[in-house]
Amino acid sequence: MTIGSVPLKYRIEIDDNRCMLCERCIENCPYGVFRRVGDKIVINSRNCTACHRCIAMCPRDAINLREHPVEYRSHPLWTVDARESIYNQARSGKIILAGMGNAIDYPIIFDRLVLDACQVTNPSIDPLREPMELRTYIGKKPPRLSIKKLPDGDIELLTKLTPNLQLETPIMIGHMSYGAISLNSHIALARAVTETGTFMGTGEGGLHQDIYPYQDRMIVQIASGRFGVDIDYLERGAAIEIKIGQGAKPGIGGHLPGEKVCADVSCTRMIPLGSDAISPAPHHDIYSIEDLKQLVRSLKEATEWKKPVFVKIAAVHNVAAIASGIARSSADAVVIDGFRGGTGAAPKVFRDNVGIPIEAAVASVDSKLREQGVRNEISIIASGGIRNSADVTKTIALGADAVYIGTAALVAMGCRVCGNCYRGLCPWGIATQREDLVKRLDPDTASEQVANLIKAWTLEISELMGAAGINSIESLRGNRERLRGYLLDEKMMEVLDVKPVGA
Amino acid sequence: MCGIIGVIDRKMEKMDGSSIRSALSMMDERGSGEGSGYVAYGIYPEYADCYAIHVFFDNIHETKPRVDELLGNWGWVIYDEEIPTHPSKLRKSHTPWRYFFQPNPRLSPSSETPDEDIVRNLVMRINTANNGSLVFSSGKNMGVFKAAGWPEDVADFYGIQNYEGYIWLAHNRYPTNTPGWWGGAHPFNLLNWSVVHNGEITSYGTNRRYVESFGYTCTMYTDTEVVAYLVDILARKHGLSKELVVKALAPSFWDEIDLMEGHEHYLNRAIRMTYGSAMMNGPFAIIVADHQSITGFTDRIKLRPMVAAESGNCLYISSEEAAIRAMEPVLDKVWMPKAGEPVIGRLF
Repeated sequence: MTIGSVPLKYRIEIDDNRCMLCERCIENCPYGVFRRVGDKIVINSRNCTACHRCIAMCPRDAINLREHPVEYRSHPLWTVDARESIYNQARSGKIILAGMGNAIDYPIIFDRLVLDACQVTNPSIDPLREPMELRTYIGKKPPRLSIKKLPDGDIELLTKLTPNLQLETPIMIGHMSYGAISLNSHIALARAVTETGTFMGTGEGGLHQDIYPYQDRMIVQIASGRFGVDIDYLERGAAIEIKIGQGAKPGIGGHLPGEKVCADVSCTRMIPLGSDAISPAPHHDIYSIEDLKQLVRSLKEATEWKKPVFVKIAAVHNVAAIASGIARSSADAVVIDGFRGGTGAAPKVFRDNVGIPIEAAVASVDSKLREQGVRNEISIIASGGIRNSADVTKTIALGADAVYIGTAALVAMGCRVCGNCYRGLCPWGIATQREDLVKRLDPDTASEQVANLIKAWTLEISELMGAAGINSIESLRGNRERLRGYLLDEKMMEVLDVKPVGA
Repeated sequence: MCGIIGVIDRKMEKMDGSSIRSALSMMDERGSGEGSGYVAYGIYPEYADCYAIHVFFDNIHETKPRVDELLGNWGWVIYDEEIPTHPSKLRKSHTPWRYFFQPNPRLSPSSETPDEDIVRNLVMRINTANNGSLVFSSGKNMGVFKAAGWPEDVADFYGIQNYEGYIWLAHNRYPTNTPGWWGGAHPFNLLNWSVVHNGEITSYGTNRRYVESFGYTCTMYTDTEVVAYLVDILARKHGLSKELVVKALAPSFWDEIDLMEGHEHYLNRAIRMTYGSAMMNGPFAIIVADHQSITGFTDRIKLRPMVAAESGNCLYISSEEAAIRAMEPVLDKVWMPKAGEPVIGRLF
């Protein structure tokens, strides 16, 4: 015991004057913070993850939580996190695992970009009175139309359109697999996207049969482990996505612990019960861009060229060049996942240190594809740290066609971003497979909440567009003229191709 | 706010510039005296096969030799002269010059339209170099005349009544997004396309990035310029008809497209999906001209006025009926086109 115990992360306190000993806190906490001894609730604060389940369920508001109740000697370099990571690894000799997105205090570019509005010289448009179009098509578009004039004066369109996804709002839900999250969460998300006219990703977890009724709204994923993939799976999805990388952990694979592989998960993923599901770092049939091109074509052949195929990459330094390679394959869309993207489990060192922010990645990919004259032919889907409708609007103005949200959709179902997803004990019934916990999430209520969030953001985007005098989302896309950088450095503004405020 | 007017004589009978001068002056309420301009088609019959390159020079001695050399490298200057001007209330900040130029098509062997591509590239090159020369007109047998000033003063400066054309466009400017300078006045022109525009294009950033990916460069700090380039790409490069160009720039709403059937539905969906970045948003009324036609259209919810009229062989499009009646008091027909619906006047 040379290190001893580290200070508490959180301190839970119960106000005895308010507590009525109903024991809801005990029932609700899967981490074992509470137990009853006689007429008292006894607390073990060390087990607390700040998931807020007890606080949300306490009928008397008797529970209080404080973060960092015990101070270390403060030091600007040797932060609490730096010291505790060392204690942890000195004991274990292992890689530290972490959940959710990047937890380092990097500057947030979104918060340094401001939007425009009309005054006097052009009228703002009121979405309540005038049409406001957010419909978005994701997929390959022809570079130009070829028209033949017929002798009778009519015209014939020679160009054939390829299949696209038709979204009624530019917000989709990103790939979170069944396994990482519960079936009830998946059902809730699937119903929400069906109701709001958009799509969601399956993640690399296969497609559970309870999701079949919503399959027309599902983007089925092929990742390096190929879990749950067969021809039936490909044919059920509305689109297919090849996952090369993920913003939370670029360059490495995935690991679903065996404890989360229950009977249902094992069937859906087509792997043995209780076995760890390990996705390798690379796809072992993709060692270069031409291999990717072949896989895209194979998937298209297998599904008779009826489904759009997307390719998802993590936003890394060279993202623009990689995306332009992808644009030259038959892929219909490139998905770019920024370094703030969430995850069920990632090595902390990756989550916090690898990759670049989505704002810069979208801007550079859009610019590169335009420079090469192919931007119009492929869609860009952006994800990784999108928190509200303003972030969506700014992402589209920087050049994206649509966004994926992940964490935001989970938060709409109750998630408190405690970051312990990888432990499989999610008290909100989201990131868990434990039956009693999964039951806590009612798919009806949860789907309504997620649909509400998408609707609310869609309304806000309409208002922002109307204020900017734009009545169709095509005219917002890549319209960096309507953004200004506030206290961003000059080089950053060059990358984003935006002017500073006042210019 | 700005005032626009256009007229085409569909039998190609020529009109001199005096009547459009008085029509444009009718709309002085819509301008601020900081920019006016005219364009006329059919004015240089003696050089009909040459590109009439109109240039503003800041300084004849320093900047003109560079343009002379560039044109000499890419073809032949058949004739050139200072554009005749007359004393008026204008402050002459540039010297307007015109070249009658024939490009050498052998210098652009890989192009299907070498003459036009050479001229387009020369315009982009001179204008992006930003060193005291600005090409503001580059079509055949047509020419733009514009400056910072009231319509009457600009007309008198160039002696607009001395030119005879069968198509005229004119513009009275109230600048909002860029200062009133000569290059910022309308019409904007590239090759045979000329554009006059009332409004503000809120999709400018998107449109600019779109035209730039085809090698065009926006140099005049104003949104109207991009319209000329969009039309050049869609009509000349992609071969779309005037109707389809308007469909791409001001498309039907999805709600309307959803109600269409069969071929019409497919075509409208294809146009929006393919040309989403070319679509223009914000309030506008625009008239585009080439040698065969004038096309007027507004934004999809008609946030700027546009009225059309016919009298004999002439078709008129303007911001105001009063301006049309200043040219022709007796009209056969006057109507207000619906939002997004084009008015196209073609030669008979």
